[in-house]
Amino acid sequence: MELRVTDLAVARGGIPVLEGLNFAVKPGRSLILRGPNGIGKTTLLRTVAGLQPPLAGEIGLDREAMAYAAHADGLKATLSVEENLTFWAAVFGTGTIEPALEGFALRELRDRPAGALSAGQKRRLGLARLLVTGRPVWVLDEPTVSLDVDAVAMFGAAIRAHLAGGGMALIATHIDLGLDEAEVLDVGPFKARAPKDEHFDEVFL
Amino acid sequence: MIALLIRDLRLAMRAGGGFGLGLAFFLIVVTLVPFGVGPQTGLLSKIAPGILWLGALLACLLSLDRIFALDWEDGSLDLLATSPLPLEGIVTMKALAHWITTGLPLVIASPLFGVLMSLPQAGYGPLVLSLLLGTPALSVVGTFGAALTVGLKRGGLLMSLLVLPLYVPTLIFGAEVARRGAEGAEIATPLLMLAGISAGVIALLPFASAAVLRVNLR
Repeated sequence: MELRVTDLAVARGGIPVLEGLNFAVKPGRSLILRGPNGIGKTTLLRTVAGLQPPLAGEIGLDREAMAYAAHADGLKATLSVEENLTFWAAVFGTGTIEPALEGFALRELRDRPAGALSAGQKRRLGLARLLVTGRPVWVLDEPTVSLDVDAVAMFGAAIRAHLAGGGMALIATHIDLGLDEAEVLDVGPFKARAPKDEHFDEVFL
Repeated sequence: MIALLIRDLRLAMRAGGGFGLGLAFFLIVVTLVPFGVGPQTGLLSKIAPGILWLGALLACLLSLDRIFALDWEDGSLDLLATSPLPLEGIVTMKALAHWITTGLPLVIASPLFGVLMSLPQAGYGPLVLSLLLGTPALSVVGTFGAALTVGLKRGGLLMSLLVLPLYVPTLIFGAEVARRGAEGAEIATPLLMLAGISAGVIALLPFASAAVLRVNLR
């Protein structure tokens, strides 16, 4: 099983943003996406995660294989850390949340309402959710926002453990996660050509 | 899916969850009507079935925009859409949670509000029965409206405009059951129509809600 993407074109709001993307991620490997703001990294990740259909091309793996994590962590402020994680574990049909609490040092915070966590702690809880999905491909959009150096190391360790278990990861990030073998794909050259009007975005101004 | 239902119910019970708001709103509407029409028990008991149904409908409407808006804002809706749960099941559970937190309390409290409206004695049974059969349709249709307007800032008013016309059949037959019941007349025909409408929307609308949610999540 590998994640193979062929001739993928993605659109945001009906406007093509990236086209002609080809890449493959083998089990145990990760792919880092880079590119300037607004180039379409988030759109690409949402397409791969199955939240929107591609404009053209194919994504080799089913959406059932993907665990998606975006800017918003999907936490409920009035539920405790444990209740939040237990909910996602139940939705994904996986049993225990202990490894996830352990992996992101959330054990002491388990009874704290998610609304009372700091931004970095919320982010850690959001990433801990990935561990309870039990899915092989992690599709991550800027996962390290508001994490401190220690938490980034914690996250790097979680990814390495995931990859060591045969998982895959597709990550849009600007910082170094300490993944030595990760391949890097700059999506800048795949920017879609403007359909008709060269200055199509001025239409909205 | 049960986990989703339990989570939604738990969220509704916690601080700021909005449980009981619909009920309080219903109470206020029903309390204000006698002030508006004057203390004529004859007139009140005549309009009681219609007012009670209208109050229940508005109370239901009040909480509809919470169904998806909160999950949309914090990103849970994206994550749920990528989860193994089918979207049709998600919207059904959302509608069920809405009914349990809004519709069911209205059904249970409606006899009490009937007293406030001096509903004739024969009308209590049919009123409760009609609300029990009709409020699920209000929740399911409302979930469809909420799915249509998810992601729109201040989409609440637009959603009301979309949803209220769809409530008309339920209101007509629901209020008709309650009115005929209060007059001691035969209620079987409007009751069957009401049950049919509810069964129809429960069977069909989750697919429509899931489809518009898919489009709105793009």
